[in-house]
Amino acid sequence: MADPLRAYALLAWTWCRALAQYPLSLALLTAAQAVAVAAELAAVMFVFTRAGELAGFGAREALLVYGLAALAFSLADLLLGSVERLGEHIRLGSFDTMLVRPVSPLVQLATDQFSPRRLGKAVPALGAVVVALAGLDVDWTVQRALLLPVLVVSGTVVCCAVWVIGACVQFFVLDAREVANSVTYGGQALTEYPLAVYGRKVVYAATFAVPLAFVSWQPALYLLDRPDPFGLPAWLRFASPAVAAVLCLAAAAVWRTGLRRYRSTGS
Amino acid sequence: MRIYFAVFACGLRRYSGYRAATAAGVFTNSVFGAISALVLLAVFAARPHINGYDAADAVTHVYVAQALIAPVAIMGPQLDLAERVRTGDVAIDLLRPAHLAPWWLAHDLGRAAFGVVFRSVPTFALGAALFPLVLPGDPVRWAAAAASLVLAVLIGFGLRYLYALAGFWLLDARGVTAVAVMVAGFASGQLLPLVLFPDPLAALLRALPWAGLIQVPVEVFLDKDTLPGGHIAGGLAFQAAWAAALLALGALLTARAARRVVVQGG
Repeated sequence: MADPLRAYALLAWTWCRALAQYPLSLALLTAAQAVAVAAELAAVMFVFTRAGELAGFGAREALLVYGLAALAFSLADLLLGSVERLGEHIRLGSFDTMLVRPVSPLVQLATDQFSPRRLGKAVPALGAVVVALAGLDVDWTVQRALLLPVLVVSGTVVCCAVWVIGACVQFFVLDAREVANSVTYGGQALTEYPLAVYGRKVVYAATFAVPLAFVSWQPALYLLDRPDPFGLPAWLRFASPAVAAVLCLAAAAVWRTGLRRYRSTGS
Repeated sequence: MRIYFAVFACGLRRYSGYRAATAAGVFTNSVFGAISALVLLAVFAARPHINGYDAADAVTHVYVAQALIAPVAIMGPQLDLAERVRTGDVAIDLLRPAHLAPWWLAHDLGRAAFGVVFRSVPTFALGAALFPLVLPGDPVRWAAAAASLVLAVLIGFGLRYLYALAGFWLLDARGVTAVAVMVAGFASGQLLPLVLFPDPLAALLRALPWAGLIQVPVEVFLDKDTLPGGHIAGGLAFQAAWAAALLALGALLTARAARRVVVQGG
């Protein structure tokens, strides 16, 4: 267990030092992430300013939901975002190189071109969560305070697992990187708004099929102490860690299946 | 002139090679479209009319915007020129018996032409299958929409050509490009229709070239009186003016940039 983590830290740090050689580009790439958060957040706020309330959620609640979604997504992007380039590595043959090295190929893939620029998104997202929680009338119990970090970590793990599963599609269809985008980036776009906005079918699909509801929707319901608008049981709010664990097992299984099926592109 | 047709054909052929990627792109554009459409339907259920848009207009906006993503390349791909500036291969481009900007324009038009047929049309058709969309009523308006699409592609090229030229001064245009892509998504009406923005901000963004990528083509498609001058012709003139200005600026800077190139030979 310790070994892959050490390898991960070492490789990630190597990439950080490499990127520091182009400081202006790194600063601009980080700024671009911050601009992205600002743009997305502005869009969400414009929507709520125009509509007043959507599905019983006002602008402040929406800020919380957006912040939770963006935080989990950007942390997952920071830690594992590079896996989406699997198809490229397969095509160029560099994936074969990873397989012969004595480090887990998943670690190598995840740390490839690791970039601290993604903190440009995570930090403002954390700020949004803090501002939203400060502005909302949250009933702060010990349980809520303790569960908040657990829910954020679970949401991040859910995003990570979705990312790995999405990337594994490229083991089977080489050019299909964009299909994964529809669940990774698409998942982020979906979870940015309170899920009730999309109606019952989408909420059910995001709870039981692709469990993105545990990234921002269920945690927000818990923090705000709201009843579930679609009558789903309240214990689902505490299911995030279990869902994250199950999804990780699924991701590991898909990754192993893909790896076993992998035949190099040749010379 | 024949050389540019050959380059156009190259661009067309190059992108036709990735069939699975094209299908995946259509799928992803449709999923994003559905997510945005559901949000906007909820907004318009609460407020049925916002700045001349109703629910059907908003959903049409979403799918025209998703259909335009590929041809105007608002989120990329960037021109290969940018990478060639970084690696120095641009020296070879400058030696060719063809001008730099028209060469890359021809290549990009080939890419865009492929995108219109195999990305835009299927994406919009999927949208029309899922949601009730508003279509232009007569052939003249279809022609105007087509003209608007061509002008949007030219603006898209003009902007990306300038990003690529930035590499001559910065050596690495990736940072500039990353910021520009984010600004473009927001300022063009791709992320959210500009009609939902606060009015002063919307007025400002409507004057900038990015509006010509998505918002103006959508309003030409819908025949909205919020267009510059209040009618379709005004919208097309706005796009044509920005396309001309960006291409002229590109030509001017190309001459400057070419003087900065140092070719290290061996």
